[in-house]
Formats: sequence, C-alpha cells, structure tokens
Amino acid sequence: MLLFIVFAPLVTALLILSGAPGRVTALFGSAATAIATFTALFRYDPVPGGFQFVSSLTISESWRIHFLLGADGLSLIMLVLAALVLFCAVWFTQPVGKSERLFYACLLLLGGGAIGAFASLDLFFFYAFHEIALIPTFFLIGIWGTGNRFAAAWKVTIYLALGSFVLLLGLILLYRSVPVTARSFDLRVLQSAAAAGGIAPAAQNTIFLLLLIGFGVLISLFPFHNWAPEAYASAPAPAAMLHAGVLKKFGLYGLLRIALPLLPEGARHWSWLLLVLLSGNIIYVGLVTLAQKRLDWMLGYSSVMHMGYIFLGIASANLIGLNGAAVLMFAHGISIALLFALAGEIRRRTGTLAFSDLGGLGKVMPFAGFAFGVAAFAAIGLPGFANFAAEVMVFFGAFRVGADLQGLHFFQVTTVLALWGVVISAVYLLRAYRSIFMGAPNDKWNALPDLAGALRIPVILLITATLIVGFFPNTALRVLRPTFPATVAESAP
Amino acid sequence: MIPTPALEIVVLVWGLVLLLAEAFVDKLDKRVFAIAGIVGLVAVLLGSFFLAPPPPAASTGFWSFYTADPLAIFFKRFALATTIFILIMAIDYAPAIRMGVPGANPQAGLGEFFALPIFTCAGLMWMASAIDFVMIFVSLELVTMSFYVLVTFTRRNPATLEAGVKYLILSALSTGFLVYGITWIFGVTGETNLARIGAVLARQDFDHVPLLFGFALVLVALGFKIAAVPFQIWVPDVYQGAPTPVTAFLSVGSKAAGFVVLLRVLGPFSILPQVGKLLVVIAALTLIYGNFAALPQTNLKRLLAYSSIAHAGYLLIGVVCFAGTAVAFYLVGYLLMTLLCFAVVVLVAADGGEQIEDYSGLVRRSPFLAGAMLVGMVSLAGIPFTAGFLGKFFIFDAAIRQGQTLLVVIGVITVGCGFYYYLKVIRAMFWLPPPNDAPVIQISPLSRGAIGLLIAGIFVFGVYPQPILNALNPPAPVAVTAGR
Repeated sequence: MLLFIVFAPLVTALLILSGAPGRVTALFGSAATAIATFTALFRYDPVPGGFQFVSSLTISESWRIHFLLGADGLSLIMLVLAALVLFCAVWFTQPVGKSERLFYACLLLLGGGAIGAFASLDLFFFYAFHEIALIPTFFLIGIWGTGNRFAAAWKVTIYLALGSFVLLLGLILLYRSVPVTARSFDLRVLQSAAAAGGIAPAAQNTIFLLLLIGFGVLISLFPFHNWAPEAYASAPAPAAMLHAGVLKKFGLYGLLRIALPLLPEGARHWSWLLLVLLSGNIIYVGLVTLAQKRLDWMLGYSSVMHMGYIFLGIASANLIGLNGAAVLMFAHGISIALLFALAGEIRRRTGTLAFSDLGGLGKVMPFAGFAFGVAAFAAIGLPGFANFAAEVMVFFGAFRVGADLQGLHFFQVTTVLALWGVVISAVYLLRAYRSIFMGAPNDKWNALPDLAGALRIPVILLITATLIVGFFPNTALRVLRPTFPATVAESAP
Repeated sequence: MIPTPALEIVVLVWGLVLLLAEAFVDKLDKRVFAIAGIVGLVAVLLGSFFLAPPPPAASTGFWSFYTADPLAIFFKRFALATTIFILIMAIDYAPAIRMGVPGANPQAGLGEFFALPIFTCAGLMWMASAIDFVMIFVSLELVTMSFYVLVTFTRRNPATLEAGVKYLILSALSTGFLVYGITWIFGVTGETNLARIGAVLARQDFDHVPLLFGFALVLVALGFKIAAVPFQIWVPDVYQGAPTPVTAFLSVGSKAAGFVVLLRVLGPFSILPQVGKLLVVIAALTLIYGNFAALPQTNLKRLLAYSSIAHAGYLLIGVVCFAGTAVAFYLVGYLLMTLLCFAVVVLVAADGGEQIEDYSGLVRRSPFLAGAMLVGMVSLAGIPFTAGFLGKFFIFDAAIRQGQTLLVVIGVITVGCGFYYYLKVIRAMFWLPPPNDAPVIQISPLSRGAIGLLIAGIFVFGVYPQPILNALNPPAPVAVTAGR
C-alpha cells in the first residue's frame, strides 16, 4: 500500500520524462496516489495504533539502514495532505509555455519527495526523500518563476541545502548517541532505545539544538525564514502550493516525529528558545506581513507567520497541544495551498499582484472571490474551518503548560501574544481581500474571465477538506489519538 | 585462481604489446587499439575476482613490499575501472588529438595516447599494493612518467604546453620532496617497510624532530598528488590545459592512488601527535580554498579542478579520522561522478567550448548529456540517492564520531558553497537558451553505454552501498585499525 503511494508519483515523473504526455499522466498518477492515501487512511486501525502497512528492505546491514515504510495517524494525515495538494497542484497547472513535461515531472518529484519522507520510518530515507525535492524546487522557481526568480532560486536552494546538512549532522549524532546495540536508523528501534533512557541528557541538548536549527531552516523558523517569502513570491503557483503547503511541513513533522519523542530532555531544555523564536514568527513576521504591498509576498510572509502557531503546539508538548499542532499542519497546508492557487490564477489573468493595481475583482470573478474569502477566513482561523479547531487546541495546550507550572509563566505570555497574532493575520488577510475583490472596479479588469468549471473542482476539494476537519475534527483525531500518548506521558510533571 | 601480482604483469605486458603493435601498423584505424586496451583491462578486471589468497606477509622478499589486502584489491579494481572509462573517453577525444599533434600521418600520436594510460594503470595498481617506501616511490614514478607525456599530448595547443611544463616541474619537485623525506625517515628508523617503521615508532626510542621533518616532506609530495592546499597551485592550470581524458585521469586515478598511499603511510605515523593536527589544518585549508575559489569560475574544466580540490578536502576529513572505508567509498562516488562530468565535457567540447556558457541550453541540444551532467553535478553537490551523498554521509559520520567539530562546521559551510557552483552549471544547461547555431550533439553507442553505466552506478551505490562496504570488509588493517 505505502509502496504504491510512495512510488506512484516518482514513477509517474519518470514516465513523463521518458515521453508520456505531461498533463494526463501527471493527473492520473497523482489521482491514483490520492485515492490510495485515502484508502490507507480509512483502513488504518486506531485501536492497536502504532505503525501499520510496514514494509522493509535492508539496504546496509553494517549501518542498519533499511528502506522501511510505515505509517501511523500523524504520517497518514500528512500523506493525505501531500497527496491532496499534489493532485490539486497538478490540476491547477496551466500551460506553462516551455518544457511542459519537465514542469510536471518536477512537480511530481516535489510531491513524491514529501510523500516518501512522510511514509519513511527510517531516518536515512526520511532525510533523503526530503532532499530530493531540492533540485525540482530549484528548477521550478528558476525556469518558470516570476519576478526576481534567479536570486530566489539560488537563495532557497542554498538555504535549504545548508539547513538539511545541519539536520543531517543532528541525525548522525542521534544515531551515534544511542548504545551500540540499538544503533539503527530505524525509528522504532530508536524510540525504544530512547524510552529506555539510552540517550544522555547532555547529548539530547546538543542534538535537539541541531535538529531545531536544521528543521527550523526548512520550516522557516524565525530568524531562518528569509528564504521563504521571496521563493514563494517567485515560484509558479503549483510549486508554491506544494512547497508552502506540504514540503514545509516536513520539518514540523520531523520535530513531532523525531525530536520530541526521542529527545524529551532536550525539548524541555530548549523550550524557552523555541518560544522566543516562535514569538518572532508570530509577532515580528506578522508585522512584516502587514506592511506587504503585493499579494504573493504577503502570502509568503503569512505562511512563515503561521508556522509560529504550529511551533507553539509543539513547544507545549502535551496531548492537546500536539494534536492541535498536527491538525494545524493539515489545516494550514490546505488553506495556504488554496490561497497560492488563487493568487496564481489572479496573476495569470492580470499580470500583477500589487494591491494598488487590483480592485473590484469580486464583480468579474465571483467564484474566485468567494473561494479566496473562504481560504482567507480559514487562514485567519474562523470557527468552522480546520484552522480554528486546531488553533484552539494549540492555545489550550500551550496555556495549560503555563498553568501547570504555576503563575504567569513564559508559556502563557507567549500564548497571549500569539492570540494577538490572530488579530494581525485577520487584519492583513481581510485587507488583502478588500483591496483585491472589493472597491471600485478598475476598467482594465472588466473582461477578466472567472475560474472555469474545471478549475473549480480542486478549489472545492480543498475547501471541502478544510470544512470536514473543521466541523468534525474527530476525523483527524481518530487516527491521531494513538500517536502521542508515549510522548505526553514523559512530559507530564 | 590467479596470483595477485599477475594482474599488474598482464596489464603491463598488454600495454607493451599495444605500443609495439601500434608502431608497426599504419593502415588500421588506430581506435582499434583503444578497443583492444579496453578489452584487455576488462579481462583483468574480471580476473581480479578470481584471485588466489595472498601468502602471509613476509619480512623479506616480494611480499614484504607488496600486499594483497582487501584495500589493495579494491583499489586495483578502482584503477582498472577508471582506465577503462578513460580509454572510452579517449576514443571520443581522438579528433582533438589529431588536431593537436603535429605529424604527416593523420593518425599521428593516437596509438600512444591509447597505450600510455595502460601503463599509468599498472602504476596505480602497484601503488595500491605498495607497503614499502621504495615500492611507493617506484610505482609513483611510473604513474608520473606516463602523465608527463599524456598531459602535454596535444602539443600544438599553447595551453596544453603550459600545463605540461607546470606539471613536469612541480611534479618533479614533489618527487624530490618524497625521496628526501624517505631518506630522513630511513635515517631515523633504519627501515623503509611501513610495518617495520611502525614497529620502530611503537618503541618510542627515537628522535621526534627529524622523523617529523621526514614525514612532513613525504606529506608535501602526497599533498601534491591529492591536490591538497597549499600544494594545489598546479591543479587549475593543468586541469584546464591538459587533454580532457587526461584531466579526468589525473583527477580520479592520481588522486585515488595518492589517498591510498596516504592512508598506508599514516598507519605507522599516526602515533605522532603532531600528525593529526597537521592534517586537520591541511583538510580545513583545502576545504575552504577549493570551495571558495570554485565560486567565481566560468570555465567548466577549471571549475572541476577546484571542485577536485574541494573533494580532496572532504576526503582528508576521512583521512584525519582514519576512516578508511569512508574514504574508499567516497573515492568510488568521486570516480563515478567525476568521470561522468568529464565524459560529458569531452562530448560537448567536440563542437562547443569548455566555458560554462557553452553549456547554455544543453538540454535542447542533447537531453541525454544534460541529464547525465545533471546527475553528475547533483551527485558532486551531495543530494541523497546519489553516491556523492553517501560518501559525504560516511565522511561526516566519521568526523562526528571522532569529535572533529571544526572540520564538521567548515564542511557544512563549504557544502553550501558547493551547491552554488554546481547548480550554476545546471542553471546554464536548463534555464538559459542555447545559442542559435548550436548543432545537436551526436553520441556514439559506446559512450552512451559508458555514460549510462556511470549514471546507473551513481544511483545504485547511492542507495545500496553494501557491496562496496563488503569489498572492504574486513577493513584494511593498516588503514582502519591504526587510529583506534
């Protein structure tokens, strides 16, 4: 099952490169992946929990590297997100002009890399799958990007490469720090070693810091967020959807999957640092977002800012916070993908995304206006959308940590600040909505066509996904529930 | 079952036969000799899998300066594989040889160009087995002598002549250092055999200073071979000026042999505390210089020259940590990706240039070559699922295990630089439009097969390293156990 999910996009990419028609094959391949992921989600049995659909192939005995696939609730949620956004991104791809086949292949490699990382239980492949997404990103931004695409492509590639190598050091150190008998890249082996106290606290602190920086660069944690807005602003819309929606979640997934459960001491030791940095994400980047004058840059910054909430959930390290973080990863992925998709459509029609040039588009593009409004509300976190359910859990989780520790703790201060962040994001998203879709219609845009029927399908798919999780968060929590108790039991005071 | 020394003898005899036959045959297309050379080397390569177990090391006689341990066998195969690919490249390079060599006969010089690499190969194979300073010196000279000729082969080209002179003078100088160093070491220990030197050093009853002086001189010579800073001055000019197959040979074969010898020589000398520190400094300098100097390059061969210095830096990290297996694996990855890049350079340069801008829009002129170069560059940069990544992975692991924090930090920063200059080539090939008059590039089936093989190798060893780890297992005693 997982083998199919992991290899379908990669094989499709290879087929396209070797001559299959681009769009049809890509759509077919990504649809098959999405269907298989949903099937896996429904066939996952939360009662025993743990990793299911496991398949393993030994790569190196002496290093104990295995090609090991498996999924629990958390990975399934991420897989669903990845497959869904990949499918929508492929669907949203408009004729790209030059070397169309290469474009689709890059898109599929990007999505396939993320899917492979989410499905891997072996740290080596977990890392490797994510890294292969680097080169497609470089291509997508460099060849088909807009604006200052060359600079953006260099910046994102080198930034992410450096972050990845820091991460690699952390992973190697992790591998080396467990006792020889348990030395393995198999996550399950490492987990039992860590549960048995195999990793010394001092080592945990170092490794957690390395992982935090490594993953932090990939997630655009403040102050390593510099690459993100520019890259997302320059990237073609499908690439931005995939990168901001899915690939960035890789780092968060890594923190939830590796850093927290294996290094609880390290997490506790550095929680103050994480809190400071995530406040930077929410407040500083939030204010920067307010100042943006173009929709693509604004969305880029807002995707950086919203990472702060997920970090807050991770920092809380209790059941409700972690579940909230996991759901928020899903919710944010959907909403930001939808926003980038619509922004891309607007750019394609008008050739600009500067707020000052746009206005009154709601009259000529009612469906796009409606969809953008829904996506913006979702991103702000209005009740009914998945983001709301998730953010509430995150805030409860984070506030509780402070309450448990007596008095007005750092956690509570941060939570309050983060709540104000919601206001900031409401301000900029609503302002963006107003200046693009409301106001006096500009005569230039009177003849713009609305989203055609076929393009509405992915939009509706994404909106449905966020609404389902928003109204019935239990759809996600049902499978997530068995994932976290191990972590939480340790951090309960 | 074949005795191990027979391998080198067969290679040497085969080279002589080809060289002699070439002198007496005029009518034949000289490329036949390259094919014959390839066939012979492939046969030897196959033969190397049916070796008789070596006799126990002796204190005198042949087996006191020749070893057939796994490391030696491994690098013999390595040298053979390199030479085979070099000969395939040389066939594609034949037109350039015709233009670069004066002579009435249109085929002047071709036969020698195909035969000389075989002698180098024999030298490299001996170097892999050498455990005695005398043997090291003699095999090193065999390698260098054939390189003197090969580097300046297209002698109508002034850049090649310049490269040849630089290589000759500096290489001769470094040989001088080597011999001088050996004499100092011999003077202190009274031995030239590495194992016996180790035994003398273990007794701790010697004068440190002259021994260190001798070792430093040897290190200078080996640093020249592996292109470590500050002995890298010759590399960019020679790499740029030499015929491309020879450049590839220099950058793979010569470097690999240098590292084998370095590993072997370090075995006994690692007992001196200063040696480790010296190597750390050299490794750090090499990493920094190679990577940063590569950033502004516009000529692809020059870029690859600096990149080869940079990779020497990563390899030196492995040497500092005495991680013989990691070094060997890295060299395999380096062999695959470097040969791949140079093979593409040979084919593209046939009707273009060697500047990076000549690669603009290569994907339209030949998607196959652009794809091959993409794989090569990505592997050199160190993206997972390629042999280049696993090499870096093992090296970094060794460094972390030994607590070489400084080298790890420098290594990570320079990897970032690497991404910039390797992706610069990818950018030219895929982003930029091709010049209007650029023809579609024709590729012979042989080169297509060789390039396909290299690409496959990069991916196979990038995912499944176990065969190489097994080939070195049990790890070579000198290289690996000495440092622990």
